[in-house]
Amino acid sequence: MSFDDKKDLKDTLSASAEPKQERSGVSRRGFIKAAGAVGGAALGSGAITGFPMIWAQNIKDITLRQFGTGVSNLNAIAQKAKEDLGINLELTALDSDAVAQRVVTQPRSFDIADIEYWICKKTFPAGTMQPMNTSRLKNFDKISQLFITGKLNKDSEIAQGTAPHTVGFVEGKESVQFASEPTDWMTLIPTIYNADTLGIRPDLVGRPITHWRDIMDPAFKGKTSILNIPSIGIMDAAMICESMGEIQYANKGNMTREEIDATIEILKAAKSDGQFRAFWKSFDESVNLMSSGEVVIQSMWSPAVAAVRAKGIACKYQPLEEGYRAWGGGIGLAKHLSGLELDAAYEYIDWYLSGWVGAYLNRQGYYSAAPSTSKEHMSADEWGYWIEGKPAQGDILSPDGKVMETAGAVRDGGSYWDRMGAVACWNSVMDENKYMVRKWNEFIAS
Amino acid sequence: MRFLTANPSYLQVTPLALVILLFLLFPVATIVIVSFWDYNAYQLLPDFIFENYEFLLTSSVTLSAYLKTFFFAITTWVITLTLGFTVAYYLAFYIRSPLLQGVLFVLCTVPFLTSNIIRMISWIPLLGRNGLVNSTLQEINLIDAPIEWLLYSDFAVVLAFVHLYTLFMVVPIFNSMMRIDRNLIEASIDAGASAFQTIFQVVVPLCKSGIAIGSIFVVTLVMGDFITVSLMSGGLSASVGVLIRNEISLLQYPAAAAGAVVLLITVLIMLSIMFRFINIKKEL
Repeated sequence: MSFDDKKDLKDTLSASAEPKQERSGVSRRGFIKAAGAVGGAALGSGAITGFPMIWAQNIKDITLRQFGTGVSNLNAIAQKAKEDLGINLELTALDSDAVAQRVVTQPRSFDIADIEYWICKKTFPAGTMQPMNTSRLKNFDKISQLFITGKLNKDSEIAQGTAPHTVGFVEGKESVQFASEPTDWMTLIPTIYNADTLGIRPDLVGRPITHWRDIMDPAFKGKTSILNIPSIGIMDAAMICESMGEIQYANKGNMTREEIDATIEILKAAKSDGQFRAFWKSFDESVNLMSSGEVVIQSMWSPAVAAVRAKGIACKYQPLEEGYRAWGGGIGLAKHLSGLELDAAYEYIDWYLSGWVGAYLNRQGYYSAAPSTSKEHMSADEWGYWIEGKPAQGDILSPDGKVMETAGAVRDGGSYWDRMGAVACWNSVMDENKYMVRKWNEFIAS
Repeated sequence: MRFLTANPSYLQVTPLALVILLFLLFPVATIVIVSFWDYNAYQLLPDFIFENYEFLLTSSVTLSAYLKTFFFAITTWVITLTLGFTVAYYLAFYIRSPLLQGVLFVLCTVPFLTSNIIRMISWIPLLGRNGLVNSTLQEINLIDAPIEWLLYSDFAVVLAFVHLYTLFMVVPIFNSMMRIDRNLIEASIDAGASAFQTIFQVVVPLCKSGIAIGSIFVVTLVMGDFITVSLMSGGLSASVGVLIRNEISLLQYPAAAAGAVVLLITVLIMLSIMFRFINIKKEL
């Protein structure tokens, strides 16, 4: 049915194009009118023949350029998108700073931006992206409440920092003003998020690790590391300082100058005492530091822990009493998208939320934004291990089929609700960002 | 037109002048202009402020970064010069057969067929706490505990620099040594000079230009480096380049531009001092 429609549509299109060639005297306005009519017909037929099929036909072979951080720019997703929707997804992976830079300075170089919420806070006001109309997304109501109201459960507390829901909506279609309440215009559709903590080598630390302050234990002198990405490193540092009882922050995600000064002083003192072995900037560096035994306790990202374990080396993503530092990313639309490309982008985003991708990301140890849809694409054992924190019944496989865990293993930190419910702070960008970066440089150069 | 036919040299110099204008002067001018701009978290704001320089020139971070960079530059320079001179001397004066000379020279350049990042990273498994060096030393009972300062230290940074840049010394020094008239060496020995006197009073003065060119390479490369310092020090020390790079990655272009301008001036001053000792044009 829809296929025939499509053919008819093609005929109409070529019919309207031909006279234009013959009668070169046709007025421009007339041509635009005709084009508008064809467009209207296309929309109309779309409404009649049912939503997914007709779009899936129309958007076939459209190319969307998506760029973002390495975590979710996965070729497997592009391949599956091609299979399911027929669209070509061109992926570019960059580090978070480069991503932020490109969103602002090269708005025409991408169609879909895959950015983190703290980057969104920085870049959305530059006006190079457009908000999404939530009523066009069938799976909008499946998105976790964490991204809508900021509360995982009704009684959970909203964490400090750039919580995603605070920059998740804008006032209107043309607005760059973040809304305080959920509206119909969403800046980013959440895709992937996680709760970060310290990674440890259980075989080498020699004692239970329970608090963020344990990284400053003199027993681990010269065997610790924190990450050298100022905006995230300062958060880990704040978790540590607060845990040591040295500083009480009003909001770790938006520190005052005094709080920044005090934090950096503590870091500098620890550095000159030789507490840190190194600072890492990339995922691989953190894996190497841990697996070579250079450090035994350090800031880490969840897939890095998995990578160390994959080498047969014991590594634990240690839950800590003070809670987690969380981060989240999402995909948003470039300002210049319109027409069929915009339709394709909406369709792609809806597909992203529809479960397959979510299951894929869950299997990597991240969380999907729409948990209920991804459940349908996972086995009960997988769902139990990754989300419910239950012991694995059989082998747990990574998305590419490697055995990650065997029967009996339990995920570090437990269930989704245990982990995401214990978020102390979200990655953020501070008002005093410029000052913070200068102080961070001072710490690195000291 | 008549002017051009009378002075064809102006026409001849045009292509080079255009290339320099486009690829050197224009970018540098842009950097200088941007260094006076203002910025916030996500935008550059065209302006004319001195705040970037004010902060840069009064901050203790700049001072310590410059001291660190000078330390790296001078240490690396001394070591690469000694090594480079020795290697070049051996190649030029001890190897008699031109074929073997050529082969050995090519052998020196073989490591340069790989990327310098790879050459740098390959030190890491060697020098680590449980690395090859430490485990060997422990196995033959020379040390009880692993030596910590082998990796993620200034030692590691200098080691990598020396490994990376010694060839830049060897090549120009070897080149100028090959052009020394062998009769001069003979005359020096005949006149009763010892081997050391011959080296320091005949060979060294005659390859001044080679030494100068090599030094310019090494010093400018080390002064502008950021990747070796951050990789080999494990992010624990910061050179001027590392600071600039940090600022760039945080979109603070004006601050980075100011840093670059100051670094450029510093390096130019260092070069002008070097040129004061040696007139390269005359020597070549």
